[in-house]
Amino acid sequence: MSNSSLTRADYTGGKSTLCTGCGHDQITQNIISAFFELGIDPYDVIKTSGIGCSSKLPGYFMSKSQGINSMHGRMAPIATGAHVANTNLIYIGISGDGDSASIGLGGFAHLIRRNVKMIYIVANNGVYGLTKGQFSPTADKKSILKSGRRNFYEGIDICSFALEMGCDFVARTGSSNTKLTVNILKQAIQHAGTAIIDIVSPCITFNNHEGSTKSYDYLKEQSLPLVEVIHSLPAYDAKDKRLAVRLLAEAKEKEKILTGLIYRNENTEPFHQYTNLTATPLRELNEQQLRPSITDLQKLIQSFT
Amino acid sequence: MSVSVNNFSIKIATVNGSGSQTSNQILLKSLFRTGIPVGAKNIFPSNIQGMPTWYYLRASEAGYTGLQLKADITVALNDQTLIDDHQNAQAGSVFIFDSKSKNTFAASRDDLFYISVPFYELAGQASEQVKYKKYLVNSVYVGVVSELLRLPSNLVEETLTEFFLKNENVLRQNRNAFSLGVKFVREKLSDIQLPIKIVPTQKNSNQMLIDGNTAAALGMLYGGATFASWYPITPSTSLMESFEKFCQKYRVSDDGKNNFSVIQAEDELSSICMTLGAGWNGARSFTATSGPGLSLMHEAAGYAYYAEIPCVIWNVQRAGPSTGMPTRSAQGDISAAYYSSHGDTHFPLLLPGHPEECFEFAQLALDIAEGLQTLVYVLSDLDIGMNIWRTNQFRFSDQRFNRGKVLTSENLEQMALQGQRYQRYFSAESDGVAARALPGTRHPDAAYLTRGSGHNIKGVYTEKENEYIEVVDRLEKKWQQSVLVLPEPVIQDQGFDVGIVCYGSAAEILLETIQLLAEKNIHCDYLRIRSLPFHSKVKEYIQRKKMVYVLDLNQSSQVFDLLKVHYPEYWQRFNSVKHYSGIPMQAIELANRIAESENKNKGADNE
Repeated sequence: MSNSSLTRADYTGGKSTLCTGCGHDQITQNIISAFFELGIDPYDVIKTSGIGCSSKLPGYFMSKSQGINSMHGRMAPIATGAHVANTNLIYIGISGDGDSASIGLGGFAHLIRRNVKMIYIVANNGVYGLTKGQFSPTADKKSILKSGRRNFYEGIDICSFALEMGCDFVARTGSSNTKLTVNILKQAIQHAGTAIIDIVSPCITFNNHEGSTKSYDYLKEQSLPLVEVIHSLPAYDAKDKRLAVRLLAEAKEKEKILTGLIYRNENTEPFHQYTNLTATPLRELNEQQLRPSITDLQKLIQSFT
Repeated sequence: MSVSVNNFSIKIATVNGSGSQTSNQILLKSLFRTGIPVGAKNIFPSNIQGMPTWYYLRASEAGYTGLQLKADITVALNDQTLIDDHQNAQAGSVFIFDSKSKNTFAASRDDLFYISVPFYELAGQASEQVKYKKYLVNSVYVGVVSELLRLPSNLVEETLTEFFLKNENVLRQNRNAFSLGVKFVREKLSDIQLPIKIVPTQKNSNQMLIDGNTAAALGMLYGGATFASWYPITPSTSLMESFEKFCQKYRVSDDGKNNFSVIQAEDELSSICMTLGAGWNGARSFTATSGPGLSLMHEAAGYAYYAEIPCVIWNVQRAGPSTGMPTRSAQGDISAAYYSSHGDTHFPLLLPGHPEECFEFAQLALDIAEGLQTLVYVLSDLDIGMNIWRTNQFRFSDQRFNRGKVLTSENLEQMALQGQRYQRYFSAESDGVAARALPGTRHPDAAYLTRGSGHNIKGVYTEKENEYIEVVDRLEKKWQQSVLVLPEPVIQDQGFDVGIVCYGSAAEILLETIQLLAEKNIHCDYLRIRSLPFHSKVKEYIQRKKMVYVLDLNQSSQVFDLLKVHYPEYWQRFNSVKHYSGIPMQAIELANRIAESENKNKGADNE
């Protein structure tokens, strides 16, 4: 799978059409770095997305990898079906906060519950960019829109939610934190089940003002690296789920963005394993393997007479 | 009293959740094994336990197995409906009831032949365990009815044994109950001669008894479906449960791995999307649903159409708008499937008319989906899907699966050497199908980003008018050409002026209707549509007729409307007949409606 003869250029894609300064473009670069540094063959990678600014990303990296830019909120089930059909490929999905936490929350929750092996990025900017800046459900309570409108609803915390749904790989980072993001992505690529990465990725056009809790400034000032929180907990290795839940809750109380690999269970059992699915891509199974014999049919018919 | 041989119908009124289904099926199968054509309709509630259920069992030497509400025998085992069942009993028929029911109703009609049987008392004798009593009543009734019909009791007992093989205790008690029923008739009712008689015959030698959902599941199994996702919904649930069960039996490889995956999804939005994801990645995939689920799937259907992803939606239609009547049958989703999704979309529809076609069309649907790279709808209904039909024994197909136009890395390399560059959405071929390179194809030209947004022939995002039109025009052409691979209509044209056009489960009453009409000196033939878009033979048939009765089992005359839209020049020939009460239509009803109209027309001609 690893191919050392590839250069970084082999991991690039089309030109971005996002706004200049968009956090999402940083995510693209981080993805390119992670796959390049691991030397993964782009032919082994499948890119998936939903609809929204985030979901344009599969067009901007690894153009030799096949991809599916699906429907709004439907990346999770589309990726689930795709993965089951061929478990030998690496699936990376880029969704947004509206795509995953609003219209697609059901599918998002159940993909995690099933533990479908994939890297699932939520490019999280707290607003709907393509429709010009309405609040998304990850917007923090009392954060303010550019127009001055205030959000009265509880914000959905992607990481806490993922933990609650039983996710065995939960991480958060900021799009501008290249080092951490690439590091987490590399670990996520090697994770055996669903890996959820919440990447706070500022929307330069609609959510980068004062009063926003997803702006570049807020991200810079209020980020709380996990390593700083846990320096008093020397044994912390992201394996303690209760502690992870507690740390997330505490960070939320303090209105901080907790970043790092928050929880990981290396003994995770993904969907294709516990359902005992064949490793052969389903499309390669032939008539011989799929069609019961004429004798079987005759016996079946007998049972209906 | 004249005696009818091998032609009768029995109505059995029971309480749902009492185990009566098994008994009904034992009786049905026993009759089938005497060689007489049989059919059955289960009119059941959307409920798990305690509400009324009616089972209509019909035997017909001529093979007319459709619903016949006029029963020669009523078995009234449900006190809740006893008064009504009594009132509705046909004059001259036999009315069998529990001896204790005498307290609640008066057996006072002089046009009925009453038989009182102590069902509950006998059930009590069959087992020392009180909790089994309500279940065992059903086996008592099988014993009583089969003995009254003079069915060979060893044949019935053998059938009963097959049904209860799994649990020895249950089997023993049901055998007891059955024998007590038989014994009661022999000892107490031996002088009774029913006006109906069974003479064993050989009409079922190439036939089988199966419901359409099981048949469809077998079709999907034999058709090579490897992925299915679904959300439980009546009346399609049994299709997926059967499919999974068959896969567990026939699709586990020697190394113990599953050569299939079935996922029960969180909703129908996800079930169709998983199906699409798998279809996109090369698996033969399908989902099964019914009305409300179909409504949720429309957005994804449009995606499948535009992104050209093979998959199958098997829709088992139920009655009504909204939740409607989940345990009643209809053909109300034809328009919804034909015009499925927003924007300009078109889909091929398959319309099986009986379980044998469910088996065949399931295989065909997978082939067409991959062959045309599109979503294929199959529209069955509750009547076919959940009722047990007598149908032709299934034929094994050894044909290769049609996997469609798929480019391998070798193909792509060959093309590259010839200076051609693969363009995902370009086809110069007459069928309009563009070849696809599946995800994971290891070639620099293989990759593209599948999308539901505007795209050009390369699959690249576009908003340019000509590029957009080029792709959607090819899609329209592809749909038009789909008639070439879809099943032709079944036609019986004897050159009469009058024809019946119908589809789906109406197949069961066609021949009987034509016979009944002939008895009234009205002669007609028929065409049964088996797919949409309309085959050219539909138009040709209409051209040959002066009057065409279009039968829709829906209120809004959906296929009648489609015919008028597509063949407006013949609008005066079309006459809509519709039936939408939720229970299957009876041949007698259809015949009467056509006769009434024909007689009116004749009257008008004479004026």
